[in-house]
Amino acid sequence: MAQDDHSGTEVAAADSSHAAPEFAGSTGTAVIPHDGFENPGFEPHRPRVTDEDASRQKRAQRTVYTLFYLSILGSVWAIAAYMLFPIESNDVGAVRLNNMFVGLGATLALLGIGFGAVHWGKSLMTSPESIDIRHPIGGTEATKAGAVEVFREADEESGFSRRSVIRNSLIGALLVFPLPAVVLFRGLAPQDQMPVELLSHTMWAKGTRLALDPSGVPIKASDITVGSAFHVIPEGLNDLEHGRLEEKAKAAVLLMRLEPSELNQAPDRESWSYDGIVAYSKICTHVGCPVALYEQHTHHLLCPCHQSQFDVANHCEVIFGPAKRPLPQLPIAVDDEGYLIAQSDFTEPVGPSFWERS
Amino acid sequence: MSTTSTRSTALEKRSFTAAASDYINDRTGLAVAIKGLGRKAFPDHWSFLLGEVALFSFIVILVSGTFLTFFFQASMAEVHYDGSYVPLKGVEMSVAMASTLDISFDIRGGLFVRQMHHWAALLFVAAIGLHMLRVFFTGAFRKPREINWVFGFILFILAMAEGFTGYSLPDDLLSGNGLRIIDGMVKGMPIIGTWTSFLLFGGEFPGTDIVGRLYALHILLLPALIVALIAIHVGYVFIHKHTQFAGPGREPTNSVGPPVLPIYAAKAGGFMFIIWGVISLIAALFTINPIWNYGPYDPSPVSAGTQPDWYIGFADGALRLIPPGWEFVWLDRTWSFNILVPLIVIGGFIVTVLLYPFIEAWIKGDKREHHIADRPRNAPTRTAIGAAGVTFYAGLWAAASSDILSTHFSLTIEGVTHFLQAAVIIGPFIAYFITKRVCIALQKKDREIVLHGYESGRIVKLPGGEFIEVHQPLDEYERWRLVSYENYAPLMIRPNARGKITAGQRARAGLSRWFFEDRIAPVTKGELESSHSTHH
Amino acid sequence: MNRSKRRTGRRSPLATVALLALGLVFTGGAYAALSTGTAAQAEVDPNSQETIEQGKKLFQANCATCHGLSAQGTDNGPSLIGVGAASVDFQVGTGRMPMQMQGPQAQQKPPQFTDEQVKQLAYYVASLGPGPDIPADHLVNGGGDAANGAELFRINCAMCHNVAGAGGALTEGKFAPPLNDVSGVHIYEAMVTGPQNMPVFNDLNISPEDKRDVITYLQYVQDNRSPGGFELGSIGPVAEGLFIWIFGLGAIVAITVWITAKSN
Repeated sequence: MAQDDHSGTEVAAADSSHAAPEFAGSTGTAVIPHDGFENPGFEPHRPRVTDEDASRQKRAQRTVYTLFYLSILGSVWAIAAYMLFPIESNDVGAVRLNNMFVGLGATLALLGIGFGAVHWGKSLMTSPESIDIRHPIGGTEATKAGAVEVFREADEESGFSRRSVIRNSLIGALLVFPLPAVVLFRGLAPQDQMPVELLSHTMWAKGTRLALDPSGVPIKASDITVGSAFHVIPEGLNDLEHGRLEEKAKAAVLLMRLEPSELNQAPDRESWSYDGIVAYSKICTHVGCPVALYEQHTHHLLCPCHQSQFDVANHCEVIFGPAKRPLPQLPIAVDDEGYLIAQSDFTEPVGPSFWERS
Repeated sequence: MSTTSTRSTALEKRSFTAAASDYINDRTGLAVAIKGLGRKAFPDHWSFLLGEVALFSFIVILVSGTFLTFFFQASMAEVHYDGSYVPLKGVEMSVAMASTLDISFDIRGGLFVRQMHHWAALLFVAAIGLHMLRVFFTGAFRKPREINWVFGFILFILAMAEGFTGYSLPDDLLSGNGLRIIDGMVKGMPIIGTWTSFLLFGGEFPGTDIVGRLYALHILLLPALIVALIAIHVGYVFIHKHTQFAGPGREPTNSVGPPVLPIYAAKAGGFMFIIWGVISLIAALFTINPIWNYGPYDPSPVSAGTQPDWYIGFADGALRLIPPGWEFVWLDRTWSFNILVPLIVIGGFIVTVLLYPFIEAWIKGDKREHHIADRPRNAPTRTAIGAAGVTFYAGLWAAASSDILSTHFSLTIEGVTHFLQAAVIIGPFIAYFITKRVCIALQKKDREIVLHGYESGRIVKLPGGEFIEVHQPLDEYERWRLVSYENYAPLMIRPNARGKITAGQRARAGLSRWFFEDRIAPVTKGELESSHSTHH
Repeated sequence: MNRSKRRTGRRSPLATVALLALGLVFTGGAYAALSTGTAAQAEVDPNSQETIEQGKKLFQANCATCHGLSAQGTDNGPSLIGVGAASVDFQVGTGRMPMQMQGPQAQQKPPQFTDEQVKQLAYYVASLGPGPDIPADHLVNGGGDAANGAELFRINCAMCHNVAGAGGALTEGKFAPPLNDVSGVHIYEAMVTGPQNMPVFNDLNISPEDKRDVITYLQYVQDNRSPGGFELGSIGPVAEGLFIWIFGLGAIVAITVWITAKSN
């Protein structure tokens, strides 16, 4: 076992000016010099100006009670402001005035007491310094021995150490009894849903029209000029009775139109766009914020949360930031009335990655 | 007869206060406490008040929060807003958002209380942070206070959790996107991630449960834990007594300072009202969390400048600094290291901070109680480690505002990100190096002052024509402050009883060398005498 | 003894001041009266030949270097054929054009031309090929549905410009500027023309009435200060955090030093 070393000159801890006998413990690697300085004891008391000069003391007194009176004034002001600055309907300015005046009254009320009390303590109160004696936290040897004796007697009388079967079965029971309570919290999760299934599908299906967010009005291909960015939801989303936000959190899409010559498409996805119009999931593949900052000339798509950047001209691959996967593309086409429709759902789960995603 | 009359007159003469005090004392035994504690000493240094800043802002949070619970409704049922704020009239939103708007626009003083609550929360966590730094840099976590450090750090984490759950309650666009990010991070965790996400939100994101659940955490479970831990934390300070800086008359075996009654009560009580007043002033004049601008949470819109409250910034910044592409599919599963690495690094940082007192104690082997606070310069390695840690944390925190840094300083977000990626790695090393050298230099300067006194500014011409500056020697009180610190030497390795030198011992000696190899010993009496004899 | 005012012929010391003031008032007034200030909305006939001629002269003197003599575009500037009067009114009216220096994007600066000249340039460019026109007054003066405008703004604009129009960062040093002192006309024109990297929001994406609603919302934000007090730039949690650390904790630490200092 390692010996704690007092390298350098050392002395029994009892004599050290750094520790009294009752605090003796191993000093470890501390270096305790034998000719260190002694504590010079307390400095002589230095009187304050308010102790010596009666007029200054009177002035300090006046300051203190003035502050307390100002505090009362502040409280009254706050109550008055509450009544004098009502909130008019539709008037934001009235709220601003109410907030400010009630607040300033409360501030005066509080600061008056605060500064008054501190000033009283600093300039008028005459306490000398208190000196408390510290005792070792662990108590004296007698106290510790007494505690040990208590346990020894209790052990003897109960047989706790002796009766190992009783003891071990008790410990087992105590460890296990909270578990049912923990299991009850499983109820926080839905009982009848399959997470991976749900995360892998969205509301988009073959023939679903692309509609404007938030109005739900379907979009014609001819509406979209080069350089546009349309925020899109599936038609029918607004009619959902429940689950609207949950579906929108997967189905939100950004629709952009580039010059076809600038669009660099993978061969198997050339049918997914229409004359330079492309649709991509708006949910960032990093941790799920809406990716919506579209730069129409550079074709960069920036996510404002952690600055992932996707290149729309190159299948939304990641060009900067912590994301990895490109944004999923929604295959689109045009129906016989000219409206943009989805050809199918996304071919991969949208949004942030999850463990089972493969 | 005269006795009875004197006694009856004596009874009439007793004041109401005396009678009332007697009544209460006979039923509570308070006199014992007052006699024992009424003149308890409280060591007096400005940096010892930082914990109180946290405590007093917490009281503001509790009181203002209680007011808010009467008006806030933690339901995600959809409703069409019908209150005073024109640009949201008729908009569909959750009842939680609508009730927060009502507090802000339709209840007099509601906005003021809401702002006090939120500003106090920001101040609460900031004060805890500053207080923790003070405790760290003065070594106030040493025995017997290690456990109190652990409890205090847990309080820091709980305070952040309170803040996060709190600002997510209004279900607005900013905090909703924050929840979205949390959900994305949870989903990225291996094996349990997807299932945990569904557990937390009661199904798919956003679901209709999360605000209610966060509310239960925010007003019931977390405050209860915080109050209990504060009681233990302050109780420990009470039992251990507060540390004090070295000074004349201050021994490791005493505690010196103004007494509780009346001075400390006046100053601390007054300080409490001042903190309340400062929070009130800020809430009266400065907008915080203007949810009416953000609007209700919807998965489609997002605001430029989407950041969490400042105390979550380090985590957001860590996410932003990960380079592209740190995710792959292997064995049919997705491994998201762009999320795992920030979690692991932050977790490691937290665990290191939590265990630091135990690590330092193991290195030093010093088992005595320590009640004299260190001056940071007298523990150079510890201070330098602290500076490195602060630099690392600050780098992550700055990264959370990378887009705002770029707009305000006309930089590119790519440039800011790359700079901070380098800074969080190199910065701590630079900060460590500079801080350690500065500490040692300051110690050397202290030595010089003890040995040779202050430069007095008086120039004297000696008979030989030489000009010297007269140095003013220190009085014994000033000198004590500069010579009374503890000095440690590196551990010397010795074989154990079986003649072996274990790996643990080697590690300990190596760390001990790192900590204490460069050290400046305090001036001793002998040294001072010999320097005087050589000079005069 | 009554002393009358001395009449020695010396001027009162105030005479110099009075003379200077008179001179400034006179010249300033003359300038204001005689100049065709940019403040005044000049009535410019979009169809008159004179407007187009004037516009062409201005164009050739100030724009052709980068955009070509017939606005057909060069390596330094894109073609302006088909951009419409709205584009020019926006770019030149906000001072972005003529562009001062190459950079990530054209910076807004004090407009170089009077309003009349801007209109002349705009109608000249419009005459080269059909494009979006300067919007009618009723579309840009507010009076629409601020709630609808706010919702559209949050979905289409806030991700770049911030929910309160405080502006935001884009890639590679570009940025979406703050909107707090942009006129309704310019907001409309920016939406419909998509200046630089801003996407185009044509009238089939955001209808003219919807654009009016968006402008109404932005004017509401411009006209109404926040009810909570100073907005700290409407930047959000970053500003709030900096404020509490620097001013909140800063003041409080100063107070702790005061409280524990030895009283004198």
